[in-house]
Amino acid sequence: MHISLGPLLYCWQKQQVTDFYQQVAASQIPLVYLGEAVCSRRRELKWGDYLELAQMLKQAGKEVVISTLALIEAPSEYTELKRQVDNGEFIVEANDMAAVYLANEHKLPFVCGASINNYNRASLDILQRFGMQRFVMPVELSKAWLSQVIHQKPPFEVEVLGHGYLPLAHSARCFTARHKQLTKDHCETVCREYSKGLLAQTQEQQPLLRLNGIQTQSASCLDLRSEIATMVKMGVDVFRVSPSSFDCITIANNLVDAINTFENARDFSIGSDVNLETTQCNGYWFGEAGLAVHATP
Amino acid sequence: MELLCPAGNLASLKSALHAGADAVYLGLKDDTNARSFAGLNFTPAKLQEATELTQKHGKKIFLTLNTFPKPGEEHRWYQAIDLAAKLGMDALIVADLSLLDYAHRHYPKLPLHLSVQASATNLGALSFYKEAFNIARVVLPRVLSMKQVRDLAKVSPVDLEVFAFGSLCIMAEGRCQLSSYVTGQSPNTGGSCSPAKHVRWQEEGQNRLTLLNDVLIDKSALDEQMGYPVVCKGRYITEDQDSPQYLLESPTSLNTLSLLPELAKAGIVSLKIEGRQRSPAYVEQVTRVWRQAIDTYRDNPELYSTSQNQPHWEQTLAKVSEGQITTLGAYERDWQ
Repeated sequence: MHISLGPLLYCWQKQQVTDFYQQVAASQIPLVYLGEAVCSRRRELKWGDYLELAQMLKQAGKEVVISTLALIEAPSEYTELKRQVDNGEFIVEANDMAAVYLANEHKLPFVCGASINNYNRASLDILQRFGMQRFVMPVELSKAWLSQVIHQKPPFEVEVLGHGYLPLAHSARCFTARHKQLTKDHCETVCREYSKGLLAQTQEQQPLLRLNGIQTQSASCLDLRSEIATMVKMGVDVFRVSPSSFDCITIANNLVDAINTFENARDFSIGSDVNLETTQCNGYWFGEAGLAVHATP
Repeated sequence: MELLCPAGNLASLKSALHAGADAVYLGLKDDTNARSFAGLNFTPAKLQEATELTQKHGKKIFLTLNTFPKPGEEHRWYQAIDLAAKLGMDALIVADLSLLDYAHRHYPKLPLHLSVQASATNLGALSFYKEAFNIARVVLPRVLSMKQVRDLAKVSPVDLEVFAFGSLCIMAEGRCQLSSYVTGQSPNTGGSCSPAKHVRWQEEGQNRLTLLNDVLIDKSALDEQMGYPVVCKGRYITEDQDSPQYLLESPTSLNTLSLLPELAKAGIVSLKIEGRQRSPAYVEQVTRVWRQAIDTYRDNPELYSTSQNQPHWEQTLAKVSEGQITTLGAYERDWQ
């Protein structure tokens, strides 16, 4: 079992992003996903900047995967995707079938991201034949579902998003811009103002959603750390932490420590915790509504 | 341009044919399609009746198989494909890779339409599905602007179908987990968005509370016109604004009547009317308006936008729309 750090899904200032990945480079996290996966209008970092960060992380001994856009509409976005897939150095996380197509065209292996609909083994085996090396489980699926799918050891790795805000939907509309009475074409990259997205609550103050530009996330933070031992037994290869702050590096780093100990001692404990001051959820993993909190023994 | 209409049952199918549909789409009475509501859809025997009736009228009939097979239950989806082939249906509407693969290998002559649930919005994705499974057509998600539709139509390796009218899904379809986040069921897994069994209304003084699995998604005045409750059309408050707002979208329907000439010029082959869950009367009224609109454009494109029927068409469509409000949705750049 490895710990990975998912791509940063929010729009941070360039300096913050650079500082963030410097800290990641100094951590024990072995696998890092990097790149703009939400909106092509975010230009704080250009493709060249991401490539530089990827190289820096690689030199620090990390396995680096370039994450690509989940929603590709304009021809310019498709052109940019071609450039990313054909970078000659790093494999990509395909978050749309367009990236699968391009990776296959270039005979490159790829990681299949959670936004591509993979709900059964036959579909996964097809993608494996197209070059899929690892698959990230769609967020709405459960432990029971995954057990059935990987019951027979698959010829690809399995990754589960285990900690972080859940990406739930993507739209043509930018909800952050709309909230600020702006249109997407004149958005002023206003999502920069919300480093963890904009929290939306019900009229009873129940935290419900997190608006992150064109992406809608869960307001609650998924936390499946107590399920790591179960995941190891099931054959899950990678546990992903989706970062929303610098604290998430500590969370991921603590998990690397804990897993090393676990693999020696066959006993798992999470280690020192970081308080993210947020509500938590884990319902999907237990076959319930995603926002539910399933009490674990 | 084909006019493709929904059929939730045999009565709706007859209404659609009677009012001028060129083709109809429908699903089986189970979770192999994303409108798995009680009282809707077709048993295998009814499907046979529907197919015979439609084809006798010289029209086309497509089977919607737009959910993703559950592990261990894949055979039910494969059997549905076998059935469609046996009945000689005109196309399958499919999103899942394994089903596309199965249909392509076993029934290469049965046309495959890539469902909107596959979220294919660009040349790369369409090329993938065309080369891997020889799909004939794609149903475009409601996320592209008119310009993007035009651009894609110029290079697409397959025919394009677009949503012309009906409920407005504002997310890239097939990749929206809002329903399962709140209820545990999504179109992809359980066969419907915002399942009715999780919806509850409760009066509280002058207000009506709309609850979805006990989550308050809206609070409205008792006399306010409300649409079917879905997470993306609820009113919420934010960390920087206390008054409740439709943060994602208000209850509106998609209506592209004014875009018909542009869609035709772009080379769109089919206009889809949403609403398998709606009544036969809805199907009849909407189909009739769109039949007249398409025929008016075909007979004289220049006169379409000034046709004296326009106000009547718009009025009829508004009446059957959610909240009686319509929008061009993502086709119009400023909506985005």
